[in-house]
Amino acid sequence: MSEERDPAALEAEDDLFVSAMESPEAARLSAEDISPSSNGPKAEPVLLDDDPDDPDDLFAEIDEDEEESRDTFDIQISVSDPEKVGDGMNAYMVYKVLTKTSLSIFSRDEVCVKRRFSDFLGLHSKLASKYMHMGYIVPPAPEKSIVGMTKVKVGKEDLSSVEFVEKRRSALERYLLRTVKHPALLKDPDVLQFLESSELPRAVSTQALSGAGILRMVNKAADAVNKMTIKMNESDAWFEEKQQQFDNLDVQLRKLHASVESLVCHRRELSVNTASFAKSAAMLGNSEDHTALSRALSQLAEVEEKIDQLHQDQACADFYLISELLGDYVRLITAVKGVFDQRMKTWAKCQDAQVMLQRKREAEAKLQHANKPDKLQQAKDEIREWEGKVQQGERDFEQISKNIRREVGRFEKDRVKDFRVVIIKYLESLVHTQQQLIKYWEAFLPEAKAIA
Amino acid sequence: FMDIKLFDLNNDASLVIDIPDALCERDKVKFTVHTKTTLSSFQKPEYSVQRQHEDFIWLHDTIVETEEYAGLIIPPAPPKPDFEGPREKMHKLGEGESSMTKEEYAKMKQELEAEYLAVFKKTVQVHEVFLQRLSSHPMFRKDRNFQIFLEYDQDLTVRRKNAKEMFGGFFKNMVKSADEVLISGVKEVDEFFEQEKNFLLDYSSKIKDATAKAEKMTRSHKNVADDYNHISGALNNIAADNNTAFKKHLEKCAEVFEKLRVSISKVEDRMASDQELKLTELLRYYTRDIQAAKDLLYRRARALADYENSNKALDKARLKGKDVAQAEENQKQCLQKFDKLSESGKKELTSFKARRVVAFRKNLIEMTELEIKHAKNSVSLLQGSIEVLKSN
Repeated sequence: MSEERDPAALEAEDDLFVSAMESPEAARLSAEDISPSSNGPKAEPVLLDDDPDDPDDLFAEIDEDEEESRDTFDIQISVSDPEKVGDGMNAYMVYKVLTKTSLSIFSRDEVCVKRRFSDFLGLHSKLASKYMHMGYIVPPAPEKSIVGMTKVKVGKEDLSSVEFVEKRRSALERYLLRTVKHPALLKDPDVLQFLESSELPRAVSTQALSGAGILRMVNKAADAVNKMTIKMNESDAWFEEKQQQFDNLDVQLRKLHASVESLVCHRRELSVNTASFAKSAAMLGNSEDHTALSRALSQLAEVEEKIDQLHQDQACADFYLISELLGDYVRLITAVKGVFDQRMKTWAKCQDAQVMLQRKREAEAKLQHANKPDKLQQAKDEIREWEGKVQQGERDFEQISKNIRREVGRFEKDRVKDFRVVIIKYLESLVHTQQQLIKYWEAFLPEAKAIA
Repeated sequence: FMDIKLFDLNNDASLVIDIPDALCERDKVKFTVHTKTTLSSFQKPEYSVQRQHEDFIWLHDTIVETEEYAGLIIPPAPPKPDFEGPREKMHKLGEGESSMTKEEYAKMKQELEAEYLAVFKKTVQVHEVFLQRLSSHPMFRKDRNFQIFLEYDQDLTVRRKNAKEMFGGFFKNMVKSADEVLISGVKEVDEFFEQEKNFLLDYSSKIKDATAKAEKMTRSHKNVADDYNHISGALNNIAADNNTAFKKHLEKCAEVFEKLRVSISKVEDRMASDQELKLTELLRYYTRDIQAAKDLLYRRARALADYENSNKALDKARLKGKDVAQAEENQKQCLQKFDKLSESGKKELTSFKARRVVAFRKNLIEMTELEIKHAKNSVSLLQGSIEVLKSN
């Protein structure tokens, strides 16, 4: 990007969209695009100059171009090769994280590092503490599983622990991809360090039963209580509508997720029962004394065995394509709702500041008639202090509201795209399964006809 | 209505029977038995009577009890109509009505009705086949009670009750409690029967197992179809309930998901049903039929045992010099009976094998053709949906 631009206008968020609009082909981040004054969270992202009351507008301009810039969004991340390190209860899995990119914020084209699960949690924890209060939707990290992990530690090499590790690997990969898709997070130094540095300080505070873990739980509980007591005067219909929408979506997604989990379970049962029937049909074929019928029954048994394998593969697709994605989205919705809660907190803070200001003004008014010049001056100072706080609070509130609008817009676009892509993939997997079925049955048909 | 039949038994135009209709009243199913005949033993050329399941059982039992038919494979009695599954579902539906949307309720009701219909089809089929087995057999078709069953235009309940007092299920109980032990214990002289015995004993347990496994497989298949139904419903809700900038796009998605419900869920359900009707029902039927063949072997084995006992009795009588003539007569009769059972049994078992092969062939072919048809249908519907989704 060799365009001359006013550095003041070059703020984190702005770049991607502006540059995309001006020259879609060259929609890549480069070092010059990033204003020298932006050093992570301190840089207040400048928002687009659109009408905040019309979110549709956000996309009217950038729809086409942003679409293209996303498609040429040049970063690939893979999480692979899980390796067990250590023994017994202190053992842990280490994953290879490979980043391939031509973005110049990265020091190399291809970087490969080794990370363990707690590193991912640590990254998320840092990002959440930096960005959530600003209204950014920070993708949630995959869930901990004490049971699942214990099995792996203890060295059970059975199918369920292999599945567990694969499930986790896939979840970690999706987590990273989602994180770097967020324009602000991609440039965050913690993210860069995570992807690039060979050594990473161990994130101890992510352990569930650590002091920090307990503190987190307590804070979460406190937050929940607070949420109930904050009664916000919502002046903005957009927020009220969106909140309702996300509440509904949460319920619906959970329902859908439950149905898909049921599908996965039943499909696995079907596979088991098909295999069992296949064996039984083979035995029946052996027992049958009519030669041609006996052969046909054995062939039937073989077909059913093949179909069983089909079912197993389909169950995997059911699971990894749909079920896990839904799980991710259920957690994402929780993050979105969290961000709305942050806005409420910000509003509450602003309100509290106003109340304080009022009190200080009243105090000052009282002191006007008392003869205490020192105290009066102090009161006036405090008033100024709190006026400043109120202004800051109002600015924060406006800012977070703007951020959330933008984030929600981006989230909805991504969600629709994500789902569409996944559903298409899934339907294609179903088509493949049905086509295989046709093949198997068409091969069997002459065998059945040959019974004489 | 009866588009899927297990066997083609109405080959002889002189006596044609079918069950064109049936009514389900609470617990009882009333079958309409329709007969068309050119036989002079019948009063009229056409009949249409109402029969209950218990009437079929009565007919079966009287035939089993008839000494004359001891050397024949007696067509297995049709199992009792089992509406327990759909009835339970209906109950659940009623209970959950308040917590469902109107659409969900309507869809579930549709599913339920389809299930009722499937059970109905099966039970009608199996009762019809029983009658057709009788009508296509040279001896059974002439049975007096069979004719009464087809002709009598009143309720058979009273006759049934009387019959029960007469027989008391004596012979039936004997046959039931008899064991493979008796059959396997018999010292077989005849090579044919030795082979048949070994075959039937082994095949019987294998086919019972295959039936059970097929039933489990079909049930799982139905569960999968069910899940897809719920999933498309849920997807539909999500797509429809959206007030975003992507409203139009999501409305299209809602259309696609409704189509998917048809292409995935309904097709899976049809596949499962057809597999059940062709494969599982076939296996179920033959499990019963094999049992009927075993019963024939049993009766012959009993006759052989009786003959051997009569020999022993004759020897004893000769030794004692008392009642020799009587013992000789007894022995002659036992031998006659045994020979008759062996001769008729051989014929029956041979035609049984032929029948079995034909039935398996027919149903395996039909099942395969249906599976292919459904899969092709599914593929074209799915591909259509993919096109729509991609074009957005």
